[in-house]
Amino acid sequence: MKKSKNKSLRDFEKVIRECVKCGVCQAHCPTYQVIKKEGAVARGKIALAAALLDGETGLEERLQQDISMCLMCGSCVSKCPNKVPTHGIVGAIRREITDNQGLSLIGKGVSTLLGSPVLMKTLGKSGAILAPLLLKKVPDTSGLRLRFPSLIMKDRTIPHIAFRNLFDRVPEFIEGRADKPVVGFFAGCAITYVYPEIGEMMVAILQRMGVSVYVPRSQQCCGIPALSSGNGKLVEQLAETNVGAFRKKEVRHIITACASCNGGIGEYYETMTADYHDFTGKVIDFSVFLKQQGLFAELAGMDKWPERIKVTYHDPCHLKIQGITKEPRELLRALPNVDFVEMESASTCCGLGGTFSVYHYEESKAIGARKIPGLIESGAELIATACPGCIIQLQDIINHAGLQVRAGHILELIAEALK
Amino acid sequence: MYDQLVTELIDIVGKDNVLTAMSDRITHSYDATQEKHLPDVVVYAASTEEVSQVVKIANRLKMPLLPRGAGSGFTGGTLPVRGGIVLVLTKMDRIIDIDTENLTAEVEPGVVTAELQRQVEKLGLFYPPDPASKEFSTLGGNVAECAGGPRCVKYGVTKDYVLGLEVVTPTGDIIRTGGRTLKNVVGYDLTKLFVGSEGTLGIATKIILKLLPKPAAKKTMLVQFETIDGAAKSVSAIIGAKIIPTTLEFMDAATINCIRDVCTIPLPENCQAVLIIEVDGDAQLLDKQVEQILAVIKPFGILHTKIAVTDEESEEIWQVRRIVSPSLRKINPDKFNEDIVVPRSKVPDMIRALEKIAADYGVVIVNFGHAGDGNIHVNVMVDMKEHGMEAKIEKVMDEIFGAAVKLRGAISGEHGIGTSKAKYMNMELDIATISYMQRIKAALDPNNILNPGKIFLESYPQPPAAVSIQEPRK
Repeated sequence: MKKSKNKSLRDFEKVIRECVKCGVCQAHCPTYQVIKKEGAVARGKIALAAALLDGETGLEERLQQDISMCLMCGSCVSKCPNKVPTHGIVGAIRREITDNQGLSLIGKGVSTLLGSPVLMKTLGKSGAILAPLLLKKVPDTSGLRLRFPSLIMKDRTIPHIAFRNLFDRVPEFIEGRADKPVVGFFAGCAITYVYPEIGEMMVAILQRMGVSVYVPRSQQCCGIPALSSGNGKLVEQLAETNVGAFRKKEVRHIITACASCNGGIGEYYETMTADYHDFTGKVIDFSVFLKQQGLFAELAGMDKWPERIKVTYHDPCHLKIQGITKEPRELLRALPNVDFVEMESASTCCGLGGTFSVYHYEESKAIGARKIPGLIESGAELIATACPGCIIQLQDIINHAGLQVRAGHILELIAEALK
Repeated sequence: MYDQLVTELIDIVGKDNVLTAMSDRITHSYDATQEKHLPDVVVYAASTEEVSQVVKIANRLKMPLLPRGAGSGFTGGTLPVRGGIVLVLTKMDRIIDIDTENLTAEVEPGVVTAELQRQVEKLGLFYPPDPASKEFSTLGGNVAECAGGPRCVKYGVTKDYVLGLEVVTPTGDIIRTGGRTLKNVVGYDLTKLFVGSEGTLGIATKIILKLLPKPAAKKTMLVQFETIDGAAKSVSAIIGAKIIPTTLEFMDAATINCIRDVCTIPLPENCQAVLIIEVDGDAQLLDKQVEQILAVIKPFGILHTKIAVTDEESEEIWQVRRIVSPSLRKINPDKFNEDIVVPRSKVPDMIRALEKIAADYGVVIVNFGHAGDGNIHVNVMVDMKEHGMEAKIEKVMDEIFGAAVKLRGAISGEHGIGTSKAKYMNMELDIATISYMQRIKAALDPNNILNPGKIFLESYPQPPAAVSIQEPRK
């Protein structure tokens, strides 16, 4: 068998032994906060990983349930005194489960479900749904299929698939000024198929700066949902495809406007056994890039609008754990059309977590609902963030709470300011 | 019998709250001591009534019962060393009420300490005990271990804030101790008996806590010293000048060496000790207090003083203290973390004793902690893979505890005894005192089901059976 480019559980042995069982992770684990059981927290999962390595337990059903209770958000890792990478360890165990038993029904995607007449009926009845005909436009490998298999997602606000995706809207290459670099844009599934207008805004902002923009058509899903569901083979395949896609043109940076994608193609590929460092070293979140390029200063220099919208910010986990928390806020403060207010629990997870919300929708909602009191208190009309996955989940939580608040992307506000 | 037990437990708490799989037993087999002992079954309780019924079953079957909160203790208080039922209370996490007129709060044991602090602070109130684990440890655990923390130098420890308890006794009865008033002398002070009893005398299912008004402001400073002696003398001088800061934390040279590279505040090579001093209270008085403190410590070889002006700067200072624990592993892989306490005037003597022990045995001892109340966190950093280290560490521990007791201190200030310090109890307490404690335990827990094997070593003289006292005289 060809050696996998993903790490095995054994590859994590050294770091697994570094857990000192202090319990700090309890304060930062979104699932533990709502479930309050040791099996849900990082420390418990690391204990299970050690027991698996020592042969004290097998992949029994209860162990699988505990291992499924992880959003792979990495919040525990950033606060862990020894930085034990629980999200990586959980990913490795999930791959072992998959290798052992094959993918779970949900993990296989929804192709079989889409053929079901029951589903068609359900879809026809509900209001906001993932329209099945349009879903055909989304590749089989896309994380959207793993994240929103509609049949089992009763009462979730699910976004529409756009009729014309991003690749129908922007050219593959836009020539910029000669003195400016060429940058790549990694859009990711949600921006490509659900929010192509956000992708268009990103491209337009980059164009305005004079950089050349390369949006390779061969790019695919970053692999986070596949990683979350234990589909190691698919992650490998996607990594190869994406690295290949950006090899065709020499780019200085690969910009993302989706925090999960940033974590997927940047952080995760970095930890794989293959050498993707040339690629991962170029990956940069849009907020960091725009700051480097001086856009913040330009925005701050603009006259404040008389009518401004009150906006708060939600930290996507994949940016938070990389320490990207200041840039998005600086950006919002600089915007002339925005009144920025901080909210309590701004940095707590929205609860989406790769495919977590599919397996555990009730817990996912409960995790997200913890943001609601802070959101209400802030008085914000819009909760801006930097991850389409978070936007989908936040809007669902807001709708369940019956609030008149919209969840949106920071780029929408920038585009508005620059209009 | 096992199946029968599981069935009965399911009848009480429901199927989802009785865990029997190997993986469940593994995830409830440890605490922060990193020791591992498998329980037979794990139960999550949601009410006092459920706790009481589970205790009654354990009593009938004479089965060990281990109350557990966050499992973050350092002395093995929740370890099922003899198997049995681990009873987890994290789901009993309601703040029942915060009384802003009487300055009290009533909580269930699973409430996380920092969560209560956040809630009361929103109302302008204050719950001072602040163990380093406050963001995840539970109030039930804090009560069981009588947790402390940096602020205790000014505000006292957990026992100073517990006004009353609802307790499930080792026989499953539900009793109430104390109440909601500051004054209460009705009968024995059972509240004080339960606080710090490490889950051996009862399970607190409701806790009534005293609150204070939240101090209006605080001021933090970091002072660097040429010598550890200078820092230690400064501590005595501050207290001697009748100033009680909120916190008075110190770090020795070995600690500073561990954090120098990762610290955002520059700590030069000649800095041999650091004090972090915080004062709180009325904003106008704070500047004066800071001045007073600086004047008092001036003669003791100060290299540099940083006074935080903004919250961010204060946070930066505290970050220096927080990065200590994670940085220690750089020295050696194995850490023996003790929390001896000495009268505060004896801190310089204790530090000298520790330096001598480190030199005599050729081991690295890193010292930091709550100098203001004499509570020193002594971390002996060794590599247990080294030949003969086990025997050596035994001797080092004996010496450390011996030194603390000799200075009229105690072998534990806030972590408790549990299993890890049981064998040192007799260094501090005489046989009559230990036996008195054991008689209390035997009387209240006749079947010895509640957290057995903790605090007392089996080798201590066993107390006379409780029943013999009641035998009718002929």
